[in-house]
Amino acid sequence: MRNGKSGRDMHGSGTGVNGVVIHTEGLRKYYILGAETVRAVRGVDMEVARGEFVAIMGPSGSGKSTFMNLIGCLDTPTAGDYWLNGRKVSELSDDQLARVRNRDIGFVFQTFNLLPRASSLHNVELPLIYAGLPSKERRRRAEEKLELVGLGDRMDHKPPELSGGQRQRVAIARALVNDPALLLADEPTGNLDSVTSREIVDILIELNRIGQTIILVTHEADIAAAASRQIHLSDGLVERDFMNEGMKN
Amino acid sequence: MFILREIVMVAMGSIRANALRSGLTTLGIVIGTAAVITMVALGEGAQRRVQEQIENMGTNILTVRPGQGMFRGVASGSRRLEEDDALALRDQIGGVYQIAPEIESRLQVTYSRSNSSNSVVGTWPSFFDLHSHELAYGRHFDEGEVQGRRRVAVLGSNVPDDLETPGGLLVGRTIQIRGIPFEVIGVLKEKGGAMWMQPDDQIFIPLSTAMYRVMGGRDRLRSIYVAAPSPDELDPAWAEIDRVIRREHRILPTEEADFSIQQSSDILETFNETTQTFTLLLAGIAGVSLLVGGIGIMNIMLVSVTERTREIGVRKALGATRKTILFQFLIEALVLCVLGGILGVAGGFGSAELITNLFGTQTAVAPEAVAVALGFSAAIGLFFGIWPARRASVLDPIDALRYE
Ligand SMILES: Nc1ncnc2c1ncn2[C@@H]1O[C@H](COP(=O)(O)OP(=O)(O)OP(=O)(O)O)[C@@H](O)[C@H]1O
Ligand SMILES: [Mg+2]
Repeated sequence: MRNGKSGRDMHGSGTGVNGVVIHTEGLRKYYILGAETVRAVRGVDMEVARGEFVAIMGPSGSGKSTFMNLIGCLDTPTAGDYWLNGRKVSELSDDQLARVRNRDIGFVFQTFNLLPRASSLHNVELPLIYAGLPSKERRRRAEEKLELVGLGDRMDHKPPELSGGQRQRVAIARALVNDPALLLADEPTGNLDSVTSREIVDILIELNRIGQTIILVTHEADIAAAASRQIHLSDGLVERDFMNEGMKN
Repeated sequence: MFILREIVMVAMGSIRANALRSGLTTLGIVIGTAAVITMVALGEGAQRRVQEQIENMGTNILTVRPGQGMFRGVASGSRRLEEDDALALRDQIGGVYQIAPEIESRLQVTYSRSNSSNSVVGTWPSFFDLHSHELAYGRHFDEGEVQGRRRVAVLGSNVPDDLETPGGLLVGRTIQIRGIPFEVIGVLKEKGGAMWMQPDDQIFIPLSTAMYRVMGGRDRLRSIYVAAPSPDELDPAWAEIDRVIRREHRILPTEEADFSIQQSSDILETFNETTQTFTLLLAGIAGVSLLVGGIGIMNIMLVSVTERTREIGVRKALGATRKTILFQFLIEALVLCVLGGILGVAGGFGSAELITNLFGTQTAVAPEAVAVALGFSAAIGLFFGIWPARRASVLDPIDALRYE
């Protein structure tokens, strides 16, 4: 098991060996519900390189969200190992994981998960607050990201005053504000109509074009087709993993 | 830290967003704190009043009283305090200290058609100077009048009222004490009293007159006052008095005395002990309401944590650590309690003022009481806030995000 891999966790932050951002080995997540055990993720080995745009697909209940939560350090695996940027995160403490979530990962949720009482600007500033940045610097960076997603004129609006697409763009700005190594999006267009979905996907494509590593969960084939690589999960295992033709240049 | 500002802002924001709920919850703390402050203010006020009374009565005065030896029967063989004792004191230590014996009886006093019952005190002329009794009208009696057992009287400032005649008009008139005619030679200025003596209601006559003409040969003194030149000299005065009276009474220094020597601060001490117990009791009861207020805070914080589970999840997903979340909720509870404490202190000042205005009872809000009340409400915030805050901080980010 260890041969050839043991060197990985010696790298600090920054990109891992050969520009590998994600490396998992036998990643598992089981839920024990009384007598029954739900095997949501049953052993996933995967490697994602820097700059990739991965679309994860699969039927409902196949373990996509569970896998994303493990990758995003929101959840801890039942078994298996996970290296992020060459750092073994499957054995970090709670506080260290909070730091990793804060510095290395940007998460975009299907349900946006914005703070309803805070302005767009404040929502985007949140990760920087927990990173301990002074307010001037926070404001500058948050404004920059909001401009990037086309919401320069909605900074002081609160989520209830925004459309679904605008809310998701605030969420994307928030995910990007710490310049994370990895942008994770679990069905970011799941709650949006097709036109708005396309706008969001275009933003993601643009972000990937300027170098952002992205993993995206989607049910829709045309959105998956926009990615550089597709991974199909089935019943907690990787069923297919392939590059999209014509996408890589 | 920059995080700390955010934490405080979030706490304030949450309190503001639920203003009514926060206000009602805080009311428990407000009322509790106000009650504690008021109770302590009442106790403190009572103590200050006694303190003032004692200062008014003179802090340099020792009072010698007969009896009161712990194991002495009231009647059997217990020696009285007599004029001889006072004379012995005057002979031996009168150069340094002022001495005034006192014999007292409540007697019928009449003038014209008025009729009242007053405390009549037989004493020496030194009494007036010793107790700083100044004259409003007329004069004090003198040594010659004591020697001559003259029937002259000096009235306390309230006595003219009792006799329904202005003080100025009474000087030179004759009043009847127990049917015996007395010439009024002076009326004193108002002195103010204490709960154990009311000189303004008393009538002062020469000691000899009192003993032989009014009280029928009674020679038992109520007390002998000894005034030291200053309050610092009470200890040597005490020793001198003890020595002189023991010699008079033929009591060895090793034996138990058949008299007692008190100073005004003894009275204060006894009184303070009683008030303090009482104040503590009342403040304790008030403290219980503060505790109940604290439970209210805990309740509302638990509700708040549950309501904001998703928010906690979002914050954790974005990098908030356990400690950050813990502080966020702890500070919210703390702010609620300290806010309540400050309002409660203000309320306490108000109600103490109100009590003074309505009932004339003296109150005093001690700065220590304010500090303790504020500290206590902060402690309650910490104590009752820590559990809800902990519950929030240990939430799993993914569980919190999934919470519906
Ligand atoms: N907290 C949980 N407790 C118990 N079982 C769970 C839990 N979370 C997920 N599961 C189970 O794990 C399996 C995978 O769930 P997951 O949410 O990862 O699926 P998914 O691929 O994201 O589905 P969808 O496309 O509907 O979002 C499902 O069978 C689900 O019931
Ligand atoms: Mg899902």
